[in-house]
Amino acid sequence: MTETKLTPLWRIAVGISLALLVLVGGGTVHAEAIGGFVVPGSKAATLDQCVEPTSEMRHYHMEYIRHQRNTTVYNGIRHTKFSLSGCVSCHAAHDAQGTPIPINGKGQFCNACHEKAAVTLNCFDCHATVPTGESWNQVMNPPPSTSAQPAASLDRPALDRPALGRELAQVPDMAEQEEFQKR
Amino acid sequence: MSEHKQQPDLKQSPEQPARRDFVAKAAAGVATAVIAPGVILHTAAVAAPRTTPVTDIKRWGMLIDTAKCADGCTACVEACEHENGLDLQDEPEGVKPLKWDNQRATWIRKVKIRDNMSGRMTNLPLMCQHCEHPPCVNVCPTGASFKRADGIVMVDRHTCIGCRYCMMACPYKARSFIHEQVVKKLTRAPRGQGCVESCNLCVHRLDNGEENTACAEACQQSGHGAIIFGDLNAPHGPLREALREVDSRQIREDLELNTGVRYAGI
Repeated sequence: MTETKLTPLWRIAVGISLALLVLVGGGTVHAEAIGGFVVPGSKAATLDQCVEPTSEMRHYHMEYIRHQRNTTVYNGIRHTKFSLSGCVSCHAAHDAQGTPIPINGKGQFCNACHEKAAVTLNCFDCHATVPTGESWNQVMNPPPSTSAQPAASLDRPALDRPALGRELAQVPDMAEQEEFQKR
Repeated sequence: MSEHKQQPDLKQSPEQPARRDFVAKAAAGVATAVIAPGVILHTAAVAAPRTTPVTDIKRWGMLIDTAKCADGCTACVEACEHENGLDLQDEPEGVKPLKWDNQRATWIRKVKIRDNMSGRMTNLPLMCQHCEHPPCVNVCPTGASFKRADGIVMVDRHTCIGCRYCMMACPYKARSFIHEQVVKKLTRAPRGQGCVESCNLCVHRLDNGEENTACAEACQQSGHGAIIFGDLNAPHGPLREALREVDSRQIREDLELNTGVRYAGI
């Protein structure tokens, strides 16, 4: 009697635990997708962690970069471990042809987290987004087609800011504003 | 109370001179230790990034011999544009070519001077003069325009708000403002909309242990050798030797800015 009553309970328990497993598993896959932008064969790939433990880098990378920037600009010390160009050279992904993809591109190392956290990423308004020092950061177009799409290279809304920021920046039209004021 | 406490300091105790001597000697020891790597770098020409903060032991400067500067030669300008990514600037659509010519960032430009009486023409490259008392630093409301310890006048573009007071204050018209979002930029030369920038004596080269600017190098390679770059504080360095040889002047000497860039033959 008791056994027959327990069976459905057990089934429910097993079901719940399976569902939990799926959820947790899905979560891990998602986390790996965000954290998996270490360039194969790069310095980052050979190391267990970044210049500091990973959890510390996640929390304090902006502090490190800010201190580094003052050291570099005012004291001329460029070769330290918290340099922004260091982030780019280790973490920028490459496409099938081996061309580096801008690190602030959609779904790339910097952008993936910043978009999720809704934190505007301003570093790359000025700084280069690909590791090659001699090159410039516009690598979306291969060299022959650059002349074909000059307007496309200048128009870069998708690369720079999260879509949310752009929507907020849009000013509502006059009719909407008047309606709001009437209310 | 405080006066009483200061008394022992005012009285020179017998130990104090010795202690002061020791401190002075220790400081001298540090100074030589700092100079020594620089000397090694200079003689062996090994390019290594610096690990210590810049000091005022060196003051970077230039001597430009206008007699050697050729009419029509733009080697220095082209080298500067290439080195600092200025040639990557894109002309915005719908801007008149003349306006763009005036507004695009330029760190170094060729200037031709004509003496009205004699008709004598002089060519010279003009860039940031790296003043000892820079007017651009005086007027900056955020402290973004600053003079580095080694005499390089720079803009910290992290704190620049783009007010352009420094551009108004500069007697040499040496600074440029970036009006548009910049698409292409080099790792060594960041550039962004809303900031002022100017010649920084190829600071990335100096920080990496190289001791020549792109313009001086290009001028030497073109065979003119009109630009000599070096340390103004080194009494027997190439720059000071050259300055001893030829008669040189500062542009707008009357402003008493003590420029780091000197011109011969004007």
